[in-house]
Amino acid sequence: MSEAAVKKLPRIVINEKFCKGCSICIDFCPTDVLELKGNCVAVKNLEACTRCQLCDLRCPDFAIQVFD
Amino acid sequence: MSAPAVTEKKEKISVPFDYNKYLRPNKLPHIWCPGCGHGIVLKAMLRAIHNAGLDQDKVCVVSGIGCSSRTPGYVDFNTLHTLHGRALSFATGIKFAKPDMKVIVVTGDGDALAIGGNHFIHTCRRNIDLTVLVFTNATYGMTGGQYSPTTPIGSQATTSRYGSIEPPFDACEMAKAAGATFVARGTAYHTLELEKTILEAINHKGTSVVDIIDACPTYFGRMNKYKSATHMMEVIEKDGTVNVKQADKLPPEKVQGKALRGVLHKVERPEYCEQYESLIMEKAKGK
Repeated sequence: MSEAAVKKLPRIVINEKFCKGCSICIDFCPTDVLELKGNCVAVKNLEACTRCQLCDLRCPDFAIQVFD
Repeated sequence: MSAPAVTEKKEKISVPFDYNKYLRPNKLPHIWCPGCGHGIVLKAMLRAIHNAGLDQDKVCVVSGIGCSSRTPGYVDFNTLHTLHGRALSFATGIKFAKPDMKVIVVTGDGDALAIGGNHFIHTCRRNIDLTVLVFTNATYGMTGGQYSPTTPIGSQATTSRYGSIEPPFDACEMAKAAGATFVARGTAYHTLELEKTILEAINHKGTSVVDIIDACPTYFGRMNKYKSATHMMEVIEKDGTVNVKQADKLPPEKVQGKALRGVLHKVERPEYCEQYESLIMEKAKGK
């Protein structure tokens, strides 16, 4: 069994109704997990997420949260 | 198998802060533009109120008019949305009638320093127990981006197309000079530091003024050629400010022209409601 399969991934919850696509979360993410899809943020690479919650901290729209 | 190491690491992670307890979900999403710093400041304010352990029914959030003054509509406390610049007058009335209430005034730079400038200095002079959060985005966002009392010299606005020639106000210096007993500055970029500053302001007995620098990407940002909301946060809030504790250690050229962050002034002085109460009690005994 590989290490990647054992590692539990975090859960990033994005409220698409609240997100205005300002890309603050994308710019502050240290591991480049998020991307902009149209006018809303989306998860690009969940495995890189370190659960630092910087996206949640600086999201002005209450649109993103990281659950363990 | 390296699974145990991962499990250990996981335990350090805290669950995300539940803002919904303090919000009115049916009023969201808020009207603020994409990238507006007010949302970040609002989150810091909610975390500070939570950390202060205040009862929701014992908190009153008062505001005037402007982008920042939309805040009371979204938060689940006792709230009041009042006249332009007069938030402090209404807040004084609330505090005077209900001294047990924790009154937090949310106001913009134009609302507090221009339209309500007189109320601002006299609130500071009285030292009544209010927490005043001034959202300084250097623009009148709601009416189309006119220059405000904190717009830096040379900045463009709808009403200063060739650059503003007026020297800006320093809200902290003004509050200090007028007699506020707690004066601090924070930014939306340094959001955890801001949370602690607001908490300290809430716990202070007397007029506490926190000048919060945040960004208006829609008007100030676009007119002054900032690339994005993040770019504004980095240039204005991160590079444009320095913590007051670090300022002494840094060479003078690195502090020159930057705004100081952190608690800038803290003194103890008799609070207005308490003084009034003791005066009344004293006079009542005399008869």
